[in-house]
Amino acid sequence: METTSPIERLLRAVALTLVVVFFMFPIFWIFLMSFQTNETILTIPPSIVFSPTLSNYAALITGKLQTAAGTLDIAFMRNLGNSIFLSVASVAVALVLGVPAAYAFARHKFKGSEDIAFTLLSFRFAPPLLVLLPLTQYFQWLGLSNTYFGLIWVYQLICLPLILWIVRGYFEDISADVEYAYRIAGHSWFATFRKIALPLAGPGIAAAGLLAFIFAWNNFVFALVLASADKQPVTVGALAFVTSSGIQYGQIASAIVLSVTPTLALALYAQRYLVEGLSLGAVKG
Amino acid sequence: MASTATLRKPASGFRISRKMLPYVLSLPALLVCIGILIPFFTAVIYSFQRYRLSQPWARQFNWGENYLNFVTDPAFWNTLKVSLLYAGITVALELLLGLGIALLLQRRSTINNFISIMLLLPLMIAPALAALMWKLMTNPSFGILSYLASLIGLNDFRWASSPDTALLTVILVDIWVYTPFIMILLLAGLRSLPTQPFEAAALDGVPRSFVFFRITLPMLTPYILTATLFRLLDSIQQFDIIYAMTQGGPGNTLTVFQVEAYLNFFQSTNVGRSAALLIILWAITYTLSNVFIKNWLRLRERARGEA
Repeated sequence: METTSPIERLLRAVALTLVVVFFMFPIFWIFLMSFQTNETILTIPPSIVFSPTLSNYAALITGKLQTAAGTLDIAFMRNLGNSIFLSVASVAVALVLGVPAAYAFARHKFKGSEDIAFTLLSFRFAPPLLVLLPLTQYFQWLGLSNTYFGLIWVYQLICLPLILWIVRGYFEDISADVEYAYRIAGHSWFATFRKIALPLAGPGIAAAGLLAFIFAWNNFVFALVLASADKQPVTVGALAFVTSSGIQYGQIASAIVLSVTPTLALALYAQRYLVEGLSLGAVKG
Repeated sequence: MASTATLRKPASGFRISRKMLPYVLSLPALLVCIGILIPFFTAVIYSFQRYRLSQPWARQFNWGENYLNFVTDPAFWNTLKVSLLYAGITVALELLLGLGIALLLQRRSTINNFISIMLLLPLMIAPALAALMWKLMTNPSFGILSYLASLIGLNDFRWASSPDTALLTVILVDIWVYTPFIMILLLAGLRSLPTQPFEAAALDGVPRSFVFFRITLPMLTPYILTATLFRLLDSIQQFDIIYAMTQGGPGNTLTVFQVEAYLNFFQSTNVGRSAALLIILWAITYTLSNVFIKNWLRLRERARGEA
């Protein structure tokens, strides 16, 4: 146990309080704002005492905004639906494609395996627009522009390397001896993979899937370049929302709250695995 | 042995030979690789062409002209300068802050664990949405930060809308989002360090600054290096925060590589210049990522070894 003077303890407490205020205040403030009308938001000085209203959320959910110029239709719920669909489908595809590949990379050292794994990894760090801008033209030729199929395919750029490298690490942690024993007992390769390897790596696969979901949800640039309004997720939709006229500030705030809640909830649920996932398996939490 | 006989008889009707199996399993990953590499090489070709979407008939190879033009192009040097400034300042500040916070939270206690989980939340918010949150908070007519600035006498502090403070504002948002990333990696690193050297130093009554600079810091270096390179790779190609906050403006204050390439492609429809910019950015990140992957692999092997 290190000995600390009271002054040092006080300084540490002050520093930590400042850190918590800096990182938590924006979330807290936008949350409050989402329950305010334009009148209370524009009050000076700003106050945290106000009578909360659910009208912002009601307007977003019904899709009808009452403005001075009349009723305005907004498709924010559609953006939210797109986000859910794109993220879930992308992670599902990435798991189906990535987990067997991760298993192959972990168990069999074969020609070209490291090349594939490292190409995927190095493009995780390449500028996304480098691939996206030529893709806009390929997508036009292939008729994939502004389709869910095309978007889910592009989302593999982020989901697949993540799944591949994290899950590969989990497979490598499991001793192969159990699998050999099961195979010698006469079971097929597939039965061994399904009954032995998959359950043992299960928590790791779930964690990688959750993290891939968060990254897919938070992605902005793919849909900005490749999707038009009806296919856009919340990240792009919210931006269009801000620049359109007649929108109330409280409604922007409540749109942000609705957009970030899923990832925040998942992160809190899976926080045990975040360190390992964020460092692609290089650091254990 | 009976088992060899059963091994030859798999349950399924069709049989994939043992040698082919890993290839079959990794085929989808290979296809995605090809799907990435084709547009990549297309971009390389674009970068050697005079190619404007507005004048498709004038499209032709001009070889290195797009690159040569950069030498005398002040807009390119501005892009390079802003990108390097942005990456350098954000990563340096995030490293200092992240290390400081990790040291504050190092001791395992309920309150420290709770705070470290809370601090993860900004990292889980989409950077584009984080930029919108800060945009609301820095709005001149009702933003809480504009109000706080006016309280300390900065009555006309215009945050992202003024060329003088735009860079500062987006750097602030970047720090808010990504400091937790460095913090959480260094915290995990700190907590995984062996305890003996620290106990020995405490027994010998070694001063704390000496312990920090001669024991903690050297042992933490692989973690610091990995976290820093990881962030540097992301930060030099930052797009979401800057685009959502200012679209590269005001003027060309914040036209970092990817924002400039995006605007070149979609607004001035100069595909050749856009591609050349991205290839230069790719060359920078490729060099960095090779250094990064080497460090990352070493750390990864160590983590796996401990498992």
